[in-house]
Amino acid sequence: MEELFGGFSLGLFVWMAVLFLALVFLLKKFAWKPILDAVESREEGIKNALDAAEKAKLEMENLQADNEKLLKEARTEREAMLKEAREMKNKMIEDAKDEAKEASAKLIAQAQASIETEKKAAIADLKAQVANLSIEIAEKVVREELSNKDKQVKLVESMLGEATLN
Amino acid sequence: MEIPAIVGAGLVVIGAGIGIGRIGGSAMEAIARQPEATGKIQTAMLIAAALIEGIGFAALFAV
Amino acid sequence: MRKKIALKPITALLFLLTFVSYGKEQHGHDEPKGDLRTEIKEYIQHHLLDSYDFGLFSYTTHEGVENHVGFPLPVILWDDGLKVFSSSKFHHGETVAEVDGNHYILYHNKIYKTDESGTINNDAENHPTNAKPLDFSITKNVVLIAMVFAILFFMFSRMAKSYKTNNGMPKGMGRFLEPIVLYVRDEIAIPNIGEKKYKKYMSYLLTVFFFVWIVNLFGLTPIGMNVTNNIAVTLCLALITYFITTFSGNKNYWKHIFWMPGVPVPMKIILAPIELLGTIIKPFALMIRLYANITAGHVVIMSIIGMMFIFNNWLGSSLSFLLAFVLGILELLVAALQAYIFTVLSALYFGMAVEEHDHH
Repeated sequence: MEELFGGFSLGLFVWMAVLFLALVFLLKKFAWKPILDAVESREEGIKNALDAAEKAKLEMENLQADNEKLLKEARTEREAMLKEAREMKNKMIEDAKDEAKEASAKLIAQAQASIETEKKAAIADLKAQVANLSIEIAEKVVREELSNKDKQVKLVESMLGEATLN
Repeated sequence: MEIPAIVGAGLVVIGAGIGIGRIGGSAMEAIARQPEATGKIQTAMLIAAALIEGIGFAALFAV
Repeated sequence: MRKKIALKPITALLFLLTFVSYGKEQHGHDEPKGDLRTEIKEYIQHHLLDSYDFGLFSYTTHEGVENHVGFPLPVILWDDGLKVFSSSKFHHGETVAEVDGNHYILYHNKIYKTDESGTINNDAENHPTNAKPLDFSITKNVVLIAMVFAILFFMFSRMAKSYKTNNGMPKGMGRFLEPIVLYVRDEIAIPNIGEKKYKKYMSYLLTVFFFVWIVNLFGLTPIGMNVTNNIAVTLCLALITYFITTFSGNKNYWKHIFWMPGVPVPMKIILAPIELLGTIIKPFALMIRLYANITAGHVVIMSIIGMMFIFNNWLGSSLSFLLAFVLGILELLVAALQAYIFTVLSALYFGMAVEEHDHH
């Protein structure tokens, strides 16, 4: 112990204390504080960036889910629209068919009606003509035959027999 | 016969040596058992060894 | 016994070589070995001491004249007024320095007041009784401390600046130093002191870590400057740790010293003085540890280097060289390890002082 403290030098101790304390304070001011602050802010930055990345990832996932949902919705909508369109098409075709049928039926009916009337008119005409003809014939016959009584009667009879009305 | 003080110091050093050796050995075993705790074990080992070493030095300089 | 020797061939060889050299001594014709041994011993002792001049090396010419290479340093004394003079006046302890009518002499590496002829009056225990002026000289160690001061300040202020110019990233040397700074923070300060309170102590811990490390490394250079093997230096560091611990001690810390919770009252009374003593022993051990480790390392390395000259044969000398080389590498590790341990233990003591015990 005596040997230990025999080498003790007060001067060195004082110098050491002064220099070392000065070193601590100088380094604190000019080195440790800026260094540790810079490191800390860098670590903070890294932490923030990591957090932000995590957040972005989460958001991305949310977005993706949203997209999926939207896509699904769009798909069902499209499906529905297609279905509707198909139905509409079918209906339209159906309608058109019906209409066409109706129109044709109407036309046919009209045609039939007009044919009927024409026929009737024609028959009436024919009848009139036949009557006229018969009257003319009768006139002629009458004119000729009235001269010959017997013949007259015979003729009338035969004619009448022939001209049975349809 | 008077036993010189340096013999006592030697005994203390032997004791300190055994102590530090045991600490080192135990630390090795602990590291082998739990390699993931190597850092902590090393720190604890150094501190314990340093404390024993202090006693050894005190004995040496007390001579 | 034989087995043991076989197990440690190097030890055995060294023993053998010692005998060989003893044998030589017995037959010795040319030079007395004893002189060499004392010379080496003195050289080691001299190497471990602080000195008043910055000597790089010294040699003795064939004529027996000792030459010192280096430069003198200022001697600052307080002896009824400030006395400043160059250490060259002592001529390496060979002459008496005369300043303003006062005479001083360098005796066993200490400055004493003396008369013109340099008389030293010794007491019964062979200690000089001459008056000792207060000595604040710039010794070799003070120069080295100042050098390390400058190096550390230069290195770390530059590193701090590089953060600003380089967008928060270190540049150059900082890239190497930053992991060490972060190691001190993350592995030493935070685990021992705690996340909340470590910031206050970072400046001291970082400074002490790098100071002790660099100073220890300088001690390994052949210039032979040893700062940490001066008890004054380690005492200063340990005292700072002690004061920081004591002044930052909270209620809990003092309670654990004077009235240990959780033990019976008689034990409390016994424990109080022990704990109080412990607060002083802790920094004391800190002081001794650093001092002793560095001193022991130097003594061992220099002794082994000295053995090269004692063996004076190719086998022994080359083996000594090898051993000194390996030990030199070990000392490189010890230089960092002691800085680490000093810092860890300081942090541990600070942690004890500020610890909160919620569970009691």
